[in-house]
Amino acid sequence: MEKMSRVTTALGGSTLTGRTMHCHLDAPANAISVCRDAAQVVVAGRSIFKIYAIEEEQFVEKLNLRVGRKPSLNLSCADVVWHQMDENLLATAATNGVVVTWNLGRPSRNKQDQLFTEHKRTVNKVCFHPTEAHVLLSGSQDGFMKCFDLRRKDSVSTFSGQSESVRDVQFSIRDYFTFASTFENGNVQLWDIRRPDRCERMFTAHNGPVFCCDWHPEDRGWLATGGRDKMVKVWDMTTHRAKEVHCVQTIASVARVKWRPECRHHLATCSMMVDHNIYVWDVRRPFVPAAMFEEHRDVTTGIAWRHPHDPSFLLSGSKDSTLCQHLFRDASQPVERANPEGLCYGLFGDLAFAAKESLVATESGRKPYTGDRRHPIFFKRKLDPAEPFSGLASSALSVFEMEPGSSSMSWFVDTAERYALAGRPLAELCDHNAKVARELGRNQVAQTWTMLRIIYCSPGLVSTTNLNHSVGKGSSCGLPLMNSFNLKDMAPGLGSETRLDRSKGDARSDTVLLDSSATLITNEDNEETEGSDVPADYLLGDVEGEDDELYLLDPEHAHSEEPEYVLPQEAFPLRHEIVDTPPGPEHLQDKADSPHVSGNEADAASLVPVDSSFSLISVSHALYDSRLPPDFFSALVCDMLRFYAEQGDVQMAVSVLIVLGERVRKDIDEQTQEHWYTSYIDLLQRFCLWNVSNQVVKLSTSRAISCLNQASTTLHVNCSHCKRPMSSRGWVCDRCHHCASMCAVCHHVVKGLFVWCQGCSHGGHLQHIMKWLEGSSHCPAGCGHLCEYS
Amino acid sequence: MAEGENEVRWDGLCSRDSTTRETALENIRQIIVRKTECLRLVKETPYRPADGLSNAVSLDGLNKLLAHLLMLSKRCPFKDVRERSEFILKSVQELGIRIPRPLGHGPSRFIPEKEILQVGSEDAQMHTLFADSFAALGRLDNITLVMVFHPQYLESFLKTQHYLLQMDGPLPLHYRHYIGIMAAARHQCSYLVNLHVNDFLHVGGDPKWLNGLENAPQKLQNLGELNKVLAHRPWLITKEHIEGLLKAEEHSWSLAELVHAVVLLTHYHSLASFTFGCGISPEIHCDGGHTFRPPSVSNYCICDITNGNHSVDEMQVNSAGNVSVSDSFFEVEALMEKMKQLQECRDEEEASQEEMASRFEIEKRESMFVFSSDDEEVTPARDVSRHFEDTSYGYKDFSRHGMHVPTFRVQDYCWEDHGYSLVNRLYPDVGQLIDEKFHIAYNLTYNTMAMHKDVDTSMLRRAIWNYIHCMFGIRYDDYDYGEINQLLDRSFKVYIKTVVCTPEKVTKRMYDSFWRQFKHSEKVHVNLLLIEARMQAELLYALRAITRYMT
Repeated sequence: MEKMSRVTTALGGSTLTGRTMHCHLDAPANAISVCRDAAQVVVAGRSIFKIYAIEEEQFVEKLNLRVGRKPSLNLSCADVVWHQMDENLLATAATNGVVVTWNLGRPSRNKQDQLFTEHKRTVNKVCFHPTEAHVLLSGSQDGFMKCFDLRRKDSVSTFSGQSESVRDVQFSIRDYFTFASTFENGNVQLWDIRRPDRCERMFTAHNGPVFCCDWHPEDRGWLATGGRDKMVKVWDMTTHRAKEVHCVQTIASVARVKWRPECRHHLATCSMMVDHNIYVWDVRRPFVPAAMFEEHRDVTTGIAWRHPHDPSFLLSGSKDSTLCQHLFRDASQPVERANPEGLCYGLFGDLAFAAKESLVATESGRKPYTGDRRHPIFFKRKLDPAEPFSGLASSALSVFEMEPGSSSMSWFVDTAERYALAGRPLAELCDHNAKVARELGRNQVAQTWTMLRIIYCSPGLVSTTNLNHSVGKGSSCGLPLMNSFNLKDMAPGLGSETRLDRSKGDARSDTVLLDSSATLITNEDNEETEGSDVPADYLLGDVEGEDDELYLLDPEHAHSEEPEYVLPQEAFPLRHEIVDTPPGPEHLQDKADSPHVSGNEADAASLVPVDSSFSLISVSHALYDSRLPPDFFSALVCDMLRFYAEQGDVQMAVSVLIVLGERVRKDIDEQTQEHWYTSYIDLLQRFCLWNVSNQVVKLSTSRAISCLNQASTTLHVNCSHCKRPMSSRGWVCDRCHHCASMCAVCHHVVKGLFVWCQGCSHGGHLQHIMKWLEGSSHCPAGCGHLCEYS
Repeated sequence: MAEGENEVRWDGLCSRDSTTRETALENIRQIIVRKTECLRLVKETPYRPADGLSNAVSLDGLNKLLAHLLMLSKRCPFKDVRERSEFILKSVQELGIRIPRPLGHGPSRFIPEKEILQVGSEDAQMHTLFADSFAALGRLDNITLVMVFHPQYLESFLKTQHYLLQMDGPLPLHYRHYIGIMAAARHQCSYLVNLHVNDFLHVGGDPKWLNGLENAPQKLQNLGELNKVLAHRPWLITKEHIEGLLKAEEHSWSLAELVHAVVLLTHYHSLASFTFGCGISPEIHCDGGHTFRPPSVSNYCICDITNGNHSVDEMQVNSAGNVSVSDSFFEVEALMEKMKQLQECRDEEEASQEEMASRFEIEKRESMFVFSSDDEEVTPARDVSRHFEDTSYGYKDFSRHGMHVPTFRVQDYCWEDHGYSLVNRLYPDVGQLIDEKFHIAYNLTYNTMAMHKDVDTSMLRRAIWNYIHCMFGIRYDDYDYGEINQLLDRSFKVYIKTVVCTPEKVTKRMYDSFWRQFKHSEKVHVNLLLIEARMQAELLYALRAITRYMT
């Protein structure tokens, strides 16, 4: 209300009213500008130049300024501006380099007033002085800015940006003499209108062209700039060096930026390509736009707030030949649709998760979990105070804790390191892995490996009795029914409640899976404070050491059946699929590897002696030879793999998948496999088992996985002298022409492997350093440091 | 002897570590010695009919090796490799085996070999460029050797090309080379086709595809139409073309793939222009580059021969080119004078708007009729034409019929604002690389013109750039197209027009007859402007169609 009244005063009695509306123009617009009475708007484009009156319900065409029989390029406008002091005065910038002024007070049909033809190239921007009636500034593609006094025939002064082209010029609203200009090379310059010889200040604001800038209407020193690099930056110019105070990352290059009146931190942007929406951002909250206008069907080319003191009306022109008035209250607000959630790991493996309460409640209500397979968890939830920023009612915070000791994952690391996955015949692999599992006390897993060996490797096949036996055994030892076990061990009385909570916990960890890519991190503070005082409330029964379910909350926990967890597909096409393209050297490797893939028969043959030790089995070989091919078991094996994955032991699932290769792969759908692989690789990487994870990546047959190794293999280095990135070569800097890495031993440039001491940072060729340190323990550079090489 | 043992690994030679190179070379030497021994044994033993065929095959294999070694001995940036390969060749010769000799006249048929930088005499900066190029490709191609006149540009060019062909991108490697082949074949550029056929096979491409486009996957066949239009009449590209590619059920392209393909197509179209425009000779180790494989009608591009690029013509052309040194001296003077005049009188007389518009239209129309007088119908060699369909479709068709080229206004869709953003969005980093390349090409100057120093050539460069865009119907509102007529004389226009639109018809005579007093490096510079302007023009049309499809 209070704002309304202010508007009223500003307008001298009339209030601004209107609704969201649009009108069709005859041609695409390039720019718009509003008259100071907020009742008229001018639209300019290549073949349009009209003034519309903004009425309550509609736009009404008032005047067509394109008169004359022959279309002239002088009328092909790149920009238009309406004087904020004089409502009869307009200026346009033409694509052929002409600056034209228009006087609406002229009695004739042609309102053209003056023509300045001083620029050699397209003029990108014109700007009137905010308070002076006769001063006009223009910025052109030819790299010059010119200041015109409208009482004279030609320019008063010329400013040379010493650069290719000027994209925007804007008079400061507060400082009478200052204007800012932005350039195609990413620079922003500040000029004093009285000193055309050199700029007051220059700094690089963006990477690539800076398309636009806008001075803050109230804050004296604030300048917002938008560039092709998809950023909007807010600079504080009052300090000695221009300081970046805010930065908003948008999704497309920023064509226009305009501060929102009366809202200190709000600004509106539109894009030049691809994205047609207009966004209003709160610069303090740079990830989600505060408001979004989605009316346009093609790129928006001009935006203007209707009145300098009214924050609710925004006008826009677009390439889709429409002129729109947007009402702020009709804007869509992406914040409302977002689900603020936060997830954080603590130092000891605790996990905190916060989300909007309503969200949590509906989720758990919708997906009741029958039992809980993830037991060694302490668990607590609390409400935290209403989130101040987005104004949400409440959110829920959950903290999950690991039982001390149970978090030891040494079996996982050992297993990963010791398993053999390829390079030997199947039977040997199975035996080896069974042995590893047994040594680590994981008998069930060991048993599984042995069974696999029997199923797939015997020259004939296993008898039905054996089959039954092993399958029975598999299921009985595989399912010790964790659920019932858990329930029993829970503290009496708390049991039911805890179970309820836990199922909620489950549901939520699922939502985490969905959103972990969205990086919505809120409530970090809450988590910290809450996390510290969690009492170890509910101790769930001790769990067998060999059980595989410890790794409960790994975000990629194998829930392969739910397709929704699959990563957004779009992420992949950008990276190439290199399946069929190994360059020279890898060809040979492929050949070398091939025996173990195709060596099925060979394996079988070589295994006869081993098999004979299983006298029980071998008895019936001959009888069932023809009836039970390995395919017979594949369904069972797949079930088994799924079972393991379900239990949280993706390691087993993936290992078996790799070892068996073609034999089972076709029976498990690609997505599930991919999911297992990603989960396992993620686990391995968290345990720093880089070698193993690489091996897994290499052995995987899924395309999406094997291209993991192909992506971002580049390592960037900076020059040690000038600290700039060395773009083309790793050893000599383009800028300062220094050779960055010299060998301390031979004083030549190191072009291959460079090894250096972390103590004194001297180093050199790997071989040289090795040799040197065999004979001496001091640094070869003579710095006196006692280097160590291990 | 197992075949694997005889597999020659060239990649070791690309290493920057001299010991690695040494071992790799030693390996090669042993293989060659073994093969030679093997051959000699066969020769000495009495003739057995069964061996005849295998003998021929192994001889062929050996010859290929020797040709490659010959290339290394001439073109490897590492001195040790050059010397060693020469040594190996000599020792083979001593064993009584015929060794190949390089054919022809250095990297370019147009530019005398002595004008071109010799491998081995480059400075440190160029050496690193060469080493990079060699490491990436395993060769130092003739294009690189000619472009090294302008090392600053070459660096950016190689970086872009390397990224397009070898780094992260949506298309698999063999697709990229195949697209390169398709694009180069559109201009019957056998040089590029040969190079990329080798690369295509090297990255594991299916040799069957090389028998013709109809053997390639449907997806690539679909691209043929775009390739054709883009190469000859880019202004005809509509969003329907794009839609057709993106919505072809199982053969459809993704947007990212399509942008990658478009960039590759335009890159190779313009590179074909460069190849013909500078008369690049076949690579030493490729067909037609050494005495084992002299240019034959079947293997060597027919058009080269019909164009008079053949060495036989050279004498005669040279004598024609020598006509009058004094005449050409005045040519430069006159050009300088005109530039000065234009600079001065620009502000005085201002042409009316209609005048300006009509100047563009006139230039555009005239550009269609600018053609060398001796253009006769050329049927493309079968060898190359199988990579594309519809051999009759060319730039010429419409120029004869005076078809109207619609005007594309750069102020409405330009590379800096629109094209860049689109490319970078769909194929990250490439927009940046191409942008840099355009900038370097457009702004490259040494402030010299023939024998004059300290000349501001920006006006001339802009005229050339805008003339090319004008031929494609791209108009700059803020340019006076009258300048083009003042600055570019007819023979120069003929050359530009031919290089850009029908590169396969460029002859040495055309190359020699424009700007006679200018240095070869300056003519190469002109070529760089031509190819970049052409690439940008094609990209603008293709990207605009993609943008239209997206909105």
